[in-house]
Amino acid sequence: MSFIEIDNVWQEYGHHVVLERLSLNIAEGEFCTLVGASGCGKSTFLRLMLGQERPSRGRILLAGKALPGEPDPGRGVVFQRYSVFPHLNALDNVAIGLELPRAPVLGRLFGAKKRAAREEARQLLEKVGLGHNLDQYPAQLSGGMQQRLAIAQAFIMRPRVLLLDEPFGALDPGIRKDMHALLLTLWQETGLTVFMVTHDLAEGFNLGTRLLVFDKTRNDPQAPNAYGARVTYDIPLNADRQVARARIADIAALQPD
Amino acid sequence: MRLVNRQPERGARFLLMLLPFIVLVGVYFFGSTARLAGNPDDKLLPSASQMVAAIHHAALEEDGRSGEYILWADSAASLKRLGLGLAVAALLGLAMGTVTGVFPLARATFSPFMTALAMIPPLAVLPILFIVFGLDELSKVMLIVIGITPVLARDIEQRAREIPPEILIKAQTLGANSWTLVLRVVLPQLLSRLLLSLRLMLGSAWLFLISAEAISATAGLGYRIFLVRRYLAMDTILPYVIWITLLAWLMDFALKGANRLLFPWSEGART
Repeated sequence: MSFIEIDNVWQEYGHHVVLERLSLNIAEGEFCTLVGASGCGKSTFLRLMLGQERPSRGRILLAGKALPGEPDPGRGVVFQRYSVFPHLNALDNVAIGLELPRAPVLGRLFGAKKRAAREEARQLLEKVGLGHNLDQYPAQLSGGMQQRLAIAQAFIMRPRVLLLDEPFGALDPGIRKDMHALLLTLWQETGLTVFMVTHDLAEGFNLGTRLLVFDKTRNDPQAPNAYGARVTYDIPLNADRQVARARIADIAALQPD
Repeated sequence: MRLVNRQPERGARFLLMLLPFIVLVGVYFFGSTARLAGNPDDKLLPSASQMVAAIHHAALEEDGRSGEYILWADSAASLKRLGLGLAVAALLGLAMGTVTGVFPLARATFSPFMTALAMIPPLAVLPILFIVFGLDELSKVMLIVIGITPVLARDIEQRAREIPPEILIKAQTLGANSWTLVLRVVLPQLLSRLLLSLRLMLGSAWLFLISAEAISATAGLGYRIFLVRRYLAMDTILPYVIWITLLAWLMDFALKGANRLLFPWSEGART
C-alpha cells in the first residue's frame, strides 16, 4: 500500500471541470514536482491535498485513511506570498508552531516551556540562515528571507507531507538556487513527502524525484471548461538522490541515540 | 515646470502650512475690529481681550453658583462620557467585527443585520435613549456607543476578511484551533486596525456627544456652548470650540502614537 493514494479524483466548480479521473500512488518520501500550463489544476490539486477543498468525486487516502477535510499540522504548506504572520517577528513566527498545539486555550506558552520553544525555533532559524534576523518582522525581511522563514515555520511542525505552491516564483534566480539547496537538505534529513507546484520546468526536473505534468487530454473548443486536466506525464527523476537519501536514513538508524 | 511637479522646500512647506491659519485669524480680527469700532457692544465677533477675559473667568475663577472651575468641570464631564462611549464601542465593535469577519456562520447570521442597524441615524433614536435610559449619563454614553459601534464593527469585519486566506490556512497547519487562530493571529492584526478606525470615528463621536449634551445635561462642553448661546456669548463659544478641536486633535495624535508604539510591525507592513 502506498503512502498517498489518489483514486479517481474529480474536481468541478459547477460546469467547470478542473481535474478529471486523477489516480496516483505516491510513496512516502517522494519529492513530486507539479508542472503544467496556467489553469491546469496544479494549485487545485494542492488545495485538495491540503484539505482546503474536497474533491467533487473520488477519494484521497493518506496512510490508508481518508485525508482530513481541513488543514492540520500533519501537512505543512508554503505559499508564494502571505505565508508568514506580519505581526510576529521571525523567532515568534516559528515558535508559534510549537506553542499552538500545546496551548489550546491561550495559544501561547509561558516560562520555561516558552524559552524551550523559542530555543528550538532559534536553532531551526539558524539552520535556514536567519540566525541574525530573529527580532525582525517579515516586512523588514527580503523576499527570499521571508520564504526561508516560511519554510522554517513549516518544518518546525515535522509534518509528513509538505505542500509548496510556487514558493520561489517571486525570487531572483541566484536566491532561488540557494533555496533549492536548502529545501533539498531539509528534505533529505526529514524524510517527508513533498508536493511542489512550479512554473519553472528546470526547477521541476532538478528538484523532484518524480515529475507530474498536468494537462488536458481532451479539449472542446466550443466549451473550454467541459474537460478537466489529468496527469499526462509521470516521470521518475534523480533516482540517485533517493538512494542517497535512503542511505542517510540507514546510517541514522544505525547510530545510537 | 509643470505645477504637478513643483514641490515646496522645507521652510516654504512650514510657511504654507501656517498660511491658512494666519489668514483665518487675520480675517477674523480685521472683521472684529471693524464691527467693534462701529458698535462697542457688538457680540458677534468678540475681540481677543474679550475672549481672554471669558476664558479667564471659565478656567481660572471659581463659578459663583457651583464653586467649580467651569471649563475644567465641563471638560472632565465631556471626556468621561466620550472615553466611556468610545471604550465600550471599541470593545463591542472589535468583538462583533472579528466574529463576523472570521466565522462564515456568524457572518451569514449577523452581517446583513449589522448593515441594516448601521443605517439607522443615531440621532433619530436619541429620544428613545432618553426615554429608556433616562436623562443622565447613561443615555449620552449610549448614543455614542450606538452611533459608533455598527460602523466600527463593519470596518473591523471588512479588515478581518482582508486577511489573506493563506494566513488562516497556515495557522491551521501550525496547530491552531478556531479560538487560538483568532486569539494569536487575527486579533493582534485587527487591534492595529481598530486604533485606525477609532481615529476616523473620533469626529462622529464628538458629534454625538455634543448633540446629546446640547439637549439634556448639567455640565459638559456641548452643554456650555448651547447654554451661553442664549446670551450670544461668542466670547465663550469661540474659545470652547477651539478647545474642543484641540482635544480632538490630541486624541487623534495619541491614538496614532499608540499604534506606532504597540504595533511596530503595522507601519512597515503596509508597503
